[in-house]
Amino acid sequence: MSSPNLDVRDVARLARIELTDEEATTFQAQLGRVLEYVEQLGTLDVSQVEPTAHANPVFNVFREDVSQPGLDRKVVLANAPHSANNLVVVTKVIE
Amino acid sequence: MSAITDLTISELQAGFRRGDFTPADAVRALEDRIATVDPSIGAYLSRDFDTALAAAEKADISLPLGGVPIGIKDAINVLGESCTCSSKMLAGYKSPYDATVIGKLRSAGAIPFGRLNMDEFAMGSSTENSAYQITRNPWDTSRIPGGSSGGSAASVAAREAFATLGSDTGGSIRQPAALCGVVGLKPSYGRVSRYGLVAFASSLDQIGPIARTTRDCAGILNVIAGKDIHDSTSLDLPAEDFTSQLGRDLKGVKIGIPREYFVDGMDQRVREKVEAAIRQCEHLGAELVEVSLPHTSYAVGVYYIIATAEASANLARFDGVRYGHRAQNPRDLLDHYMRSREEGFGSEVKRRIILGTYVLSSGYYDAYYLRAQKVRTLIRQDFTNAFEKVDALICPTSPDLAFKIGERTDDPLRMYLADIFTIATNLAGICGISVPCGLVEEDGKALPVGLQFLGKAMDESRLLGIADAFETSQATARPPIG
Repeated sequence: MSSPNLDVRDVARLARIELTDEEATTFQAQLGRVLEYVEQLGTLDVSQVEPTAHANPVFNVFREDVSQPGLDRKVVLANAPHSANNLVVVTKVIE
Repeated sequence: MSAITDLTISELQAGFRRGDFTPADAVRALEDRIATVDPSIGAYLSRDFDTALAAAEKADISLPLGGVPIGIKDAINVLGESCTCSSKMLAGYKSPYDATVIGKLRSAGAIPFGRLNMDEFAMGSSTENSAYQITRNPWDTSRIPGGSSGGSAASVAAREAFATLGSDTGGSIRQPAALCGVVGLKPSYGRVSRYGLVAFASSLDQIGPIARTTRDCAGILNVIAGKDIHDSTSLDLPAEDFTSQLGRDLKGVKIGIPREYFVDGMDQRVREKVEAAIRQCEHLGAELVEVSLPHTSYAVGVYYIIATAEASANLARFDGVRYGHRAQNPRDLLDHYMRSREEGFGSEVKRRIILGTYVLSSGYYDAYYLRAQKVRTLIRQDFTNAFEKVDALICPTSPDLAFKIGERTDDPLRMYLADIFTIATNLAGICGISVPCGLVEEDGKALPVGLQFLGKAMDESRLLGIADAFETSQATARPPIG
């Protein structure tokens, strides 16, 4: 198993979370200890073991490709931080 | 006659049928009880008596849960109600639909009532990670109620709910039930639809009941179980009455004692209570068999890789666009995302998203995530092997008694180890239940100990029968509150 090489600020940016300096310092230490703990998994030989993604042997689940009733637009838009003209208003994505 | 709020669901329904009181009386009794005890417990984030009372007036008591109020963990959507997951991220959010379990409760005549406190996005073992309030253990209000379904367990223990729904990703129903002295059931993966449960770790999450008896849990499972087209992981199984094996003894039942669940470092008093409970099962006719689950010590490590990886993907939806918190005046889209999530999420949620993002990131995926999935296979196989020899396993639910509020908040790893006896259940997809097995005195207060039974996947009827045989052979105890 690779040695813990976690740069909390870098990973937080990948996860789209801004961190305060204090959070970055605390999380770096705390998650370092968690990663040290999980190092124990490296002691097992799993070369011949298949991974388990979930507990049940259910794979592709299909249904007929027909439209189903959706949620009420007004109710859904009531939860939007900003809406206008029956649409969600988003932060500018193109400069 | 004891107060209405002291009754189990079975007793409450018998009272409805005899005409001793009505569902509206039950709702009013809850209102009074909540007003008396919740200021010192803090289980409810909100509740709407008027809506509950209106539903109670119309309740059909001939239905399976007719007129029975059921408290709801704040992670499960109820149409028109708040659903914050105890996070600032979802402050002000109103559910636009009912979760499948809520629709099923309503069809069975139950009254979904109140929003119960939890660890933010179900991440925690003490309910201290709620962004809104502390929930206190009714047995000793200086202690935590467990988590993440702390409000769901504390409310049932304090007699301010008859029963509740919680969710269990790594022990979040069973551990708080144990620490509050009530019964909590985690059904098998695929038994209950999660549609409308805010997702934490999708390969592990299950919804389940918390109540004062195993029988009440079985009655609720009868209502909420079943295939749902809105959750592709729910299984299409023949209809089953989960109360069918209640009221029996344990003759002919083989119960396995997993030696890895009796470890050094667990509270000796918990161990003694659980060992006494095991002798009690033998007395009730069970045959005891020692078994081994050799990969148990890896479960916490596997869990905190898999659960955080899945959480990092599931919680990506909280981007401040369609719903949830949005930061003011963002400079650009990246700033919008980063500050909305910084402001909306609490520390534990951020920590887990960061860990999950790391274990999935390029260069670390094989070493962490893939390896954890392989060790998950070994943990599953341990259970498969054990269930070839026995009908159920018996072990503690938690290695400790309820700890003091604030005692572990600075040490996430120590908090994670509180789940050591519950986590493997979710990794294997099997079912588990915690029932009270006695009290231990600490600082002059009695604190409950939980006994856990584990059953193979889809074997809830037998599991409930075994738990019921043990539970009904014990005296029940209630916390000294109100």
